[in-house]
Amino acid sequence: MTHTAILRIQRGGPGQTPAEQDFEVRFDPGQSLLDGLRQVRARHDPTLAFRFSCINANACKECMMKLDGKTVYACTARLEARVMRVAPLPNKPLVRDLLTQIAPGDEVLGAD
Amino acid sequence: MSTLGHLSTEVLVIGAGGAGMYAALQAQSQGARVLLVDRSLIGRGGSTVMAQMTVAAAMGGACPDHWEHHLADTLEAGRGLCEPALAQIVCEQGVECIAQLDDWGVGWARDDGRFAQVHAPGHDRARCVYVDFLDTGPAVARTLRTRLVRTPEIRRIGEIAITDLVVRDGRCCGAVGLHLPSGTAITMQADAVILATGGLTRLYRRNSGSANSGGDGYALALRAGAELVDMEFVQFFPIGHLAPRLIGMDPIMWDPFRYKLGGRLLNAQMEEFTERYGTPENGRYRITRDLATYAITKEVAAGRGSPHGGAWLSFQHLDQATLRDAFGPVIDRLARNGIDLTRDAIEVAPIAHYHMGGVAVDERMHTGVRGLFAAGEAVGGSNGANRLSGNAITEALVFGRLAGAQAAQVVAATRGASGLPRWQGDGPERDWLANRRGRPAQNCAALIEQLQSIMADQVGPFRSAAGLAKARRQLAAMAKALGNSPPGGIEGFDPELLDWLDLRQMLLVANCVCQAAAERTESRGAHQREDHPGLDEAWQQHLSISMHDGALVLRKQPIDALERLAA
Repeated sequence: MTHTAILRIQRGGPGQTPAEQDFEVRFDPGQSLLDGLRQVRARHDPTLAFRFSCINANACKECMMKLDGKTVYACTARLEARVMRVAPLPNKPLVRDLLTQIAPGDEVLGAD
Repeated sequence: MSTLGHLSTEVLVIGAGGAGMYAALQAQSQGARVLLVDRSLIGRGGSTVMAQMTVAAAMGGACPDHWEHHLADTLEAGRGLCEPALAQIVCEQGVECIAQLDDWGVGWARDDGRFAQVHAPGHDRARCVYVDFLDTGPAVARTLRTRLVRTPEIRRIGEIAITDLVVRDGRCCGAVGLHLPSGTAITMQADAVILATGGLTRLYRRNSGSANSGGDGYALALRAGAELVDMEFVQFFPIGHLAPRLIGMDPIMWDPFRYKLGGRLLNAQMEEFTERYGTPENGRYRITRDLATYAITKEVAAGRGSPHGGAWLSFQHLDQATLRDAFGPVIDRLARNGIDLTRDAIEVAPIAHYHMGGVAVDERMHTGVRGLFAAGEAVGGSNGANRLSGNAITEALVFGRLAGAQAAQVVAATRGASGLPRWQGDGPERDWLANRRGRPAQNCAALIEQLQSIMADQVGPFRSAAGLAKARRQLAAMAKALGNSPPGGIEGFDPELLDWLDLRQMLLVANCVCQAAAERTESRGAHQREDHPGLDEAWQQHLSISMHDGALVLRKQPIDALERLAA
């Protein structure tokens, strides 16, 4: 049975005033927030930026973000049939939307 | 758009998984200046960190062993298509590399002080080391990362997606890439380049790999004039998790469960069925990957599949204590997904897992394009038509170390040659990326999903001439619609641009798989043709792919003739 979640996602780049945007996501029980975000890109808005590598396994640890104010891995947070507020990590430099700079300082371009 | 800058190094390693990290460490230890780049985060964004359990090497922990036995098993699993020299390198040097990682503190499981080793399908004895619980990949990645961090002479830069290698006068002299966070083109000059970019599992809708494994390195190699080999051989892991939805766990996790606990593979009637296809199991884990994929697919086709189109895997005969003893906290993670293995069977089905094919290299990991090497899963030929369980991490470590050593030697040899011109970062590869404009006409994220569906539907474990031709037509139409001009006009991180660039690479790689699969009119290992069932002795040869004037050229190559790559 398919449910609907509303992902209320904080958008914007560094220095911009953040704005929230709503996306409707259809899901089967058990699917993750990351499943939902990938659906948003494929079906609604491919400009949405977020970070992930391993898709499902919670091995890469790249998909950390805020869900309703709590820090979660998007790949293990489940979609629910309600408004879900999604925002980037506030304590990391913002790159765009949900994507923040989480690499160690000596692993980024510009470090010397 | 301007370039952010031009970096200069001696050894450029593209890809920071197990092979890339080891290559960087080895090259630096032999005196080379090294730049290690990755399209994601160093040591985290690839397949190594996801490895669930087994690493094969003749350590002799569980029982007496020798690498020649491991080699015999590897060649047998490869169904006659292994490059014997490459397979030998993996088996022979694997012992040293696993011991080296032990010294570096990886934490291989032990029994009474000796290496704990499991007996994986296809091996003649217990041979596979591991790190508990389901921690082999993270432990290997962590160990190599720690050594990298302690070696500041190796420059590490993440979030650079390489778009093209640069070849001048027949020598690979560097690469051009997109710095993802800033959206600027960056050029990197090197005296030797190592492709350690992993496999191509991202080409398939259901896959066990990372979102970064789209076969980038294959496209880069092909455009640089290198040869690809065995591209049609995609390994489908037969018991990839299918249902119920499981999050926070790797879809390959049932492999370790079967090693430690056996388990029963059942059809819709809850009967064991693999005996029907030649391999009785009786609750133990004996069937090799290609035969298991075949058995499950055929059983589903016969109408005896599980509800979601796979097989049941049951551990219902075991008790909680046994499960917890084997897998500890993993049992809790399953419980959070609503799964109690003492009560429920779960559904499994073949999932794209690994790529046996790849860049053709000789015993020095050299591609035939001067200065260009490859390592790890990106290399083709060492596993033949079907990879033996446990050989992938071993291959990453061994080939990484070897490529790093060879690249360092090239650097040492050319260091004195003052007349050698060094690429200054100019040229069409850079201009094409730096001068991009316009926005994409299509949703490239959706197109990638479309490509994945085409591959899953027509180029899966079972192929046919009609299906492959359909896939080729559909992929060609997508390539034509994509065009040749990357989108521009946005400052900073542009996810649509990354999708466009990835599609460019993935379409080329997918085309290689389709064409090779269409050409090979037999069934062998992981490549099964419904219209050409059965192995044909005349096909005991490789199919190589090169690019000439933008077109793919396929050639048959004899086994054990790597001297053709001498440059």
